[in-house]
Amino acid sequence: MIAWLLFWPVLIPILTAALCLIFWTRPDVQRTLSLLGTAVLAAGILALFREVWTGGIVSVQAGDWPAPFGITFVADTLSVTMAALTALIGLGVAVYALGDIGHVRESNGFHPLFQALLAGVGGAFMTGDIFNMYVWFEVMVIASFGLITLGGEREQIDGGVKYVLLNLIATTLLLMAIGLLYGATGTLNLADLAQVVPGHPDQGLLTAIAALFLLAFAMKAAVFPLYFWLPASYHTPAAAISAVFAALLTKVGVYALIRVFSLVFTPTHEFTYAVLLVAGIATMLVGVLGAIAQDDVRRVLSFNLVSGIGFILIGVGLGTALGLAGALYYTVHHIIVMSALFMVAGVAQRLAGAPGLNDLGGLYLKHPWIALLFFFVAMSLAGVPPLSGFWPKVILVKAALATDAYIVAAAALVTGLLTLYSMAKVWALAFWKAQPDHVVAAAGPGILETGEMSRGEQRLTLLPVAVLALATLLIGLYAQPLLTLSERAADELINHQPYISTVLGGEGA
Amino acid sequence: MESILAIAVGILVACAVFLILARDLIRIMLGVSILSNAANLLIFTSGRVTRDAPPIVPENVAVPEGVIANPLPQALILTAIVIGFSLLAFALVLSYRAFATMRTVDVDAMRLAEPPYPGQQVPSGAAGRQADRDPARLPEVAE
Repeated sequence: MIAWLLFWPVLIPILTAALCLIFWTRPDVQRTLSLLGTAVLAAGILALFREVWTGGIVSVQAGDWPAPFGITFVADTLSVTMAALTALIGLGVAVYALGDIGHVRESNGFHPLFQALLAGVGGAFMTGDIFNMYVWFEVMVIASFGLITLGGEREQIDGGVKYVLLNLIATTLLLMAIGLLYGATGTLNLADLAQVVPGHPDQGLLTAIAALFLLAFAMKAAVFPLYFWLPASYHTPAAAISAVFAALLTKVGVYALIRVFSLVFTPTHEFTYAVLLVAGIATMLVGVLGAIAQDDVRRVLSFNLVSGIGFILIGVGLGTALGLAGALYYTVHHIIVMSALFMVAGVAQRLAGAPGLNDLGGLYLKHPWIALLFFFVAMSLAGVPPLSGFWPKVILVKAALATDAYIVAAAALVTGLLTLYSMAKVWALAFWKAQPDHVVAAAGPGILETGEMSRGEQRLTLLPVAVLALATLLIGLYAQPLLTLSERAADELINHQPYISTVLGGEGA
Repeated sequence: MESILAIAVGILVACAVFLILARDLIRIMLGVSILSNAANLLIFTSGRVTRDAPPIVPENVAVPEGVIANPLPQALILTAIVIGFSLLAFALVLSYRAFATMRTVDVDAMRLAEPPYPGQQVPSGAAGRQADRDPARLPEVAE
């Protein structure tokens, strides 16, 4: 039964996507299937999570070909946590999409593409084979190409060109890195690579290959200076689509980075870790400064998303167990908060009929609940204490101070302060200030009363936001369980012998 | 043999990088296409080029006798070719739509999603030949 559950994150979305394609002409059936599919997905992965939490790492060989020859699926604490978050965010976005996605995008295949995206993300998290990881990256990328241009609005075509080109180049670089690694070691299985790479005679060559992997994953994860595709495109598609992109796609890049650089290229490769630390600091600061400069709400959030990737990178780059635990904690927090922020920003923009901070305003007066939800989640992103953003920042700063990396700690604190400023700016301009006169003059005073959204649509879109906001509060108030989880995942990554022996059987121990 | 192929991969990557650095969207697409072919050739070379027997296991034997050619790179390349082909097809259609929407193939001039700041100079959208810069000479395309 466990063997089946390991394929659950891939099988269920692919099955749902196939069923949605069969019912191509029936959007109502597709809606039900999408909700049902993500619910079944979440239930299965939570069961798998329980198994891994009590019984430790499990692996399964596809077609019963023994590792390292066949394709391996592995579930350790990190991968199963990420898969569980994928399913939960997937369920949230599936509900949000009911009130947001609209008839045109639905009849052009939103549901099957969305499920294919979930399959790609889930496969990338579960696989234990580096080439198979490339294939899941491509599944994810192809689905995301369809989603980002779905609807075909003018801005989407422009954003889509940049998104498509840079992601194409990134995946090709990843393929080249995989080819070179295969040429140097003769294996593609991650556990087998972990055994072969440390004793390899040509460490200089491997450092060069590691740098190529770093480049490819950093492009995927939107790390400075390779992040330009993200703020150029994430604000263009429908809000439901940018919410799922913001929550999951960059995190897959981060996950792959953590996995490969903890298992295969271990901290003995000091060069790559130094690069990670510098890139992390630059990503944090450049991201948040970009956010302050922007006008479109979702572009502000896109830059904040980039900034958050920097926080995760410094945790990885410190190379200590505490730093890694902080990075993983921050990843969980960031997935929840970013998807909620993109969702509520989408609602605000649709209600006001304008994307820019200059045209928004007066939302607090007319829709206080939406404004309060945004405020709540935005403060969580900024790291205000009772909410979930506070603890990972504490852990990361503590980890930085423990290794005498004072510059890293200072950069993290400055970024936190600037994030607070950027979020307060959005709150004040989009929600708190009165509706600007030029908007009232152009659209009439009743614009905010009705907007483009019906009451039912508002309820459907705000339900997942409220659940995610509750989640960020609960994680903040009861931080210990998630901290235990992060520490256990970090410990599994650093002491990876059980991972290797689970995959390769007795010979690896 | 491997060293010759390695040099060929290097030349292909150099060509691809040169094309990708252009402002013309079509040149970039060609560059990406060459880059994905360079990646395929790289995997092929990584698997070592040999003149060994085809990797077919005879009947009633679990392991083939003697030395055989490495079958794995071919499986990997086949996967990569299919993926690369479909992605390129999508990207070409997207380029066409981009030209139809924005009337330019100059990526620096595509600023719909990222509107310029007040006072910022945007390129004229004039990548390519001088003769093509006249808007009246742009072909009509359906959006």
